[in-house]
Amino acid sequence: MMRKNWWKILAAVMVSSSVVAGFMGPVPVLPILNETIRNIYFHVPMWFSMIVLYLISVIFSVKYLNSGERNHDIMAVEAVNVGILFCFLGLLTGMQWANITWGDPWPNDPKLNGSAIATLMYLAYLVLRNALEEEQKRAKISAVYNIFAFPIMIVLLYILPKLTDSLHPGSGGNSTFSDIDMDHNIRPIFYTAVIGWILTGIWICTLRYRLRLVENNRNKLD
Amino acid sequence: MYYMKTLMLTFLSIICLLRMAVAQPQMAQIEMATGLRSSGKIWVVVLVVLTLIIGVFLYLFSIDRKIRKLENHK
Repeated sequence: MMRKNWWKILAAVMVSSSVVAGFMGPVPVLPILNETIRNIYFHVPMWFSMIVLYLISVIFSVKYLNSGERNHDIMAVEAVNVGILFCFLGLLTGMQWANITWGDPWPNDPKLNGSAIATLMYLAYLVLRNALEEEQKRAKISAVYNIFAFPIMIVLLYILPKLTDSLHPGSGGNSTFSDIDMDHNIRPIFYTAVIGWILTGIWICTLRYRLRLVENNRNKLD
Repeated sequence: MYYMKTLMLTFLSIICLLRMAVAQPQMAQIEMATGLRSSGKIWVVVLVVLTLIIGVFLYLFSIDRKIRKLENHK
């Protein structure tokens, strides 16, 4: 599966077509947002990809604790590594969008602060790994940490902002995505973009994983 | 070969997605980029971004191939 090509082609096709349709397709006409509503095709998929990568990481952490197999631990780290890349892309693009529409790159929004804490939590995961010398201990402790970090991240990003007022859609008195999408033109393009970027993230993650395996094999032979 | 497949499928799906695009009734008071679009030159930007994206993907495919070679080497 990891070495098959069809889903990588699918990823490339979906991302590229979402770019074209995202620029040129019809969007709802909204005040303040104007044409920036199109950012929904580019900013939001970053976060979806991040969540999926972190989810993969948790799954492999659980698998590692069950099996003690080193490869599962490697997959867990690489998924977090790529997840953090997407997280930073999401933060940057979000700040650029917020600067224009909300008038401030970092308004005191619970979703923004939550995502900042979640980012630090996952950076701490990588720091924790580097701090531990012994391989098995490192894998075990970081797997347990990872399993705790994931639900906290979900709470920070999805549950707490919905309980208070947030500038993001679906929080406080704000309309949700389905209210904005009055004419159902956004949806097909949006899901194309989301799936395309998720597949791309997984692809980069498997590339890093395979490289690590090659490296390990080489070290074994030496 | 994968490149050709990628390119062909890309253009096919672009056409499919754009077919969903129906002309929307526009509210007059909210400014959208209709003028820019009708002048046709926004397509230049789309082309540039698309080139970047496809370039990155081709690069990923080449890394993929290199790793595959390493894997088969041992």
